[in-house]
Amino acid sequence: MDAPIVATVKAAAAETQALAADGVQRVDARATNSAATRSDYVARVPIYPKLVHGRWRLLKWIGMALMLALYYGLPWIRWDRGPNAPDQAVLVDLARERFYFFWIEIWPQEVYYITGLLILASLGLFLVTSLFGRVWCGYACPQTVWTDLYIMVERLIEGDRNERIRLDKSPWTLDKFGKKSAKHLVWLLIAAATGGAWIFYFHDAPSLAASLFTGTADGTAYLFLGILTFTTYSLAGHMREQVCTYMCPWPRIQAALIDSETLMVTYRSDRGEPRGPHKKGQPWEGRGHCIDCNQCVAACPMGIDIRDGEQLECINCALCIDACNAVMKRVSLPAGLISYDTPQNIERRKKGERAHFTLVRPRVVLYAAVLLAVAALMLFGLSTRATIDLNVLRDRNPTYVELSDGSVRNAYTVKVMNRAATTRDLHLAIEGPRGFSTKIIGVVDAKLPAEITVEPDRMRTLRILLTVPGANLATASMPVTFKVSDGSETRTNATVFLSDGGAR
Amino acid sequence: MMATRKEVDATSGTETTGHEWDGIKELNTPLPRWWLWVFYATVVWSIGYWVLYPAWPTLTGYTQGVLNQSQRDDVAKAVLAMKSQREEQGRLLATATLAQIEADPNLFQFAREAGKSAFGDNCATCHGSGGQGFKGYPNLNDDVWLWGGKLEDIKRTITVGVRSTQTDTRLSLMPAFGRDKLLEPAQINDMVEYVVSLSGGKADAQAVARVTTLYAEQCASCHGVGGKGLREFGAPNLTDKEWLYGGTREEINAQIVVGRAGVMPTWGSRLDPITIDALAVYVHSLGGGE
Repeated sequence: MDAPIVATVKAAAAETQALAADGVQRVDARATNSAATRSDYVARVPIYPKLVHGRWRLLKWIGMALMLALYYGLPWIRWDRGPNAPDQAVLVDLARERFYFFWIEIWPQEVYYITGLLILASLGLFLVTSLFGRVWCGYACPQTVWTDLYIMVERLIEGDRNERIRLDKSPWTLDKFGKKSAKHLVWLLIAAATGGAWIFYFHDAPSLAASLFTGTADGTAYLFLGILTFTTYSLAGHMREQVCTYMCPWPRIQAALIDSETLMVTYRSDRGEPRGPHKKGQPWEGRGHCIDCNQCVAACPMGIDIRDGEQLECINCALCIDACNAVMKRVSLPAGLISYDTPQNIERRKKGERAHFTLVRPRVVLYAAVLLAVAALMLFGLSTRATIDLNVLRDRNPTYVELSDGSVRNAYTVKVMNRAATTRDLHLAIEGPRGFSTKIIGVVDAKLPAEITVEPDRMRTLRILLTVPGANLATASMPVTFKVSDGSETRTNATVFLSDGGAR
Repeated sequence: MMATRKEVDATSGTETTGHEWDGIKELNTPLPRWWLWVFYATVVWSIGYWVLYPAWPTLTGYTQGVLNQSQRDDVAKAVLAMKSQREEQGRLLATATLAQIEADPNLFQFAREAGKSAFGDNCATCHGSGGQGFKGYPNLNDDVWLWGGKLEDIKRTITVGVRSTQTDTRLSLMPAFGRDKLLEPAQINDMVEYVVSLSGGKADAQAVARVTTLYAEQCASCHGVGGKGLREFGAPNLTDKEWLYGGTREEINAQIVVGRAGVMPTWGSRLDPITIDALAVYVHSLGGGE
């Protein structure tokens, strides 16, 4: 267990010795998680990401704040839907089988809308990835956001990279014990809050919050709170980069989405190589701009070396860009030795061509076009979504019943849906073979057409008998149409009337 | 004997098992640590389980566990809870009229659901899973009722059965006119023509004329002068298009000769009153109820 820590500690001790350039320390940070160094047979080598300051770090702070605010705040937004529906803007109501998203309400049989949302999300991810690489991984993925948050807590309590390495190396003292317990306590609190916010998406948030703290909430609420607490604590606190490197399929998939014109966090090897320490007063001609200070490696939360080139482990968080730019400023060189760039541009510069970005490419256009098409389809579907609907299931056992007077009867289970927030009388009518008669089972003396009272946001199931005189039986299968209407909207459902087809 | 000296593979740095097969040595790669810990955790879990729950067989029984948990008791409790829950709606069902039941969607739903499951368990064997019946077993979906199609009639038929062992069973017997030599074969052939003519089929007019008096003497007492049947005797209507034992001349002939009569068991002694009430509502709602 101790061996990897000792190795890192030795490296930390060495950090104070070497200078990469005048005023720039050479960090003996190692890319312990790069494919070439790591081993499946050795315990995880701890990574101690160093705090950086700069444009991308600032962007990540802002992104983290927005993302966390969104996650924790969304269940608390109210949305008035009238007296018969919940007033929570985003709610997965499992008990009543409804999904609410602001003005959208989805019933279980409309799950294709959720499929559409997921397709839309995937296509959005494809488009962004083909344009700017793994921005999802670097800025928006919950694994990244929460790991970043956990590292921030770790840094606030235990200090930055060097202090953390020293603390881990030091023997157990009261101070170390206090720091470690404080860190894990805060981690657990964040994890519990994460699990706590999760369950608010499935119940009315204010009432659940009240019952949660008084201990009267449903057992499943505590169970899922516990599960989410455990996963958050272990994934963001302990597993971190291993989730991205070993567990996540996305790094593998994204390789198929990017090409040589995709913007990615890139070490400009054409400018940086050959690398090496720079002594004060030495000329910069004939050598690369990389002074091999390893600050980019020390800053990397994934434990890799960006100078090894594009690699699966890199989440494109851009923290190495900030680290390198700070160093470049100190040695009075232009920023951007590591920056958002394309592999193609490196080739172009090597050949002496002008570097440029080609954002409009066939795959980008394709992703954008499909994205727009699906979005338009969804928008059309949602805007024309009826507040009434009709489902008809024909009885198949028995398929038809012969009656004493030679007429034939079919039975139908008819489901009338009222998606509005008020009780409505819906007009149910039927068109069928000549001379037909109807009866609604369970409603005394009721026949079609009839006004069917349906409670708000509910479905009413009726069993309807359709009888056709034997003389009017023309074919074995004759068309039947059910029609439901509220005056403005009409929904029809076509089915058939079956018999042996013989007129008698 | 296990090798006492540990041998380490030079390439991987992993210990070997010490065995050698044709110059190949097997690495003794340690189990993944997470797996090992999960394994230990399950061992600890199982010990807790032994203490809390029934676990080990003994000579006379088994260890009960300190929680005294028994799945048999749990089921008994659940059945009891379900029964008391049914009791409430069942009481309503027993006294309510059909109109009252149909006016209460919850009660109607309860009766239909309970009836449907009881029908599948007890009735579907003969009447079919959809109540569609078979030859000799009445179709419960249609509007033909030998013993009446009102809710009360259906309930009584289910309770006492037809030609069952119950003393107050629904009872009727059609004589075996042919087998018991009550009628001559020629008379039976003519009677078949008469029956066909009753339901509007094309029949031999002379044969019909020959047995008109005979029908009035032998058949009308149960089937009625016009052949419309009599529910008091469970006598079928001969003028309609429905035939329990088939409507061809051969089938009608066979019925007059042997006078087949099916048996429906009494359910009053096997099913509780609530189930019978629910069954009656379900059968009534299949479509033929009066």
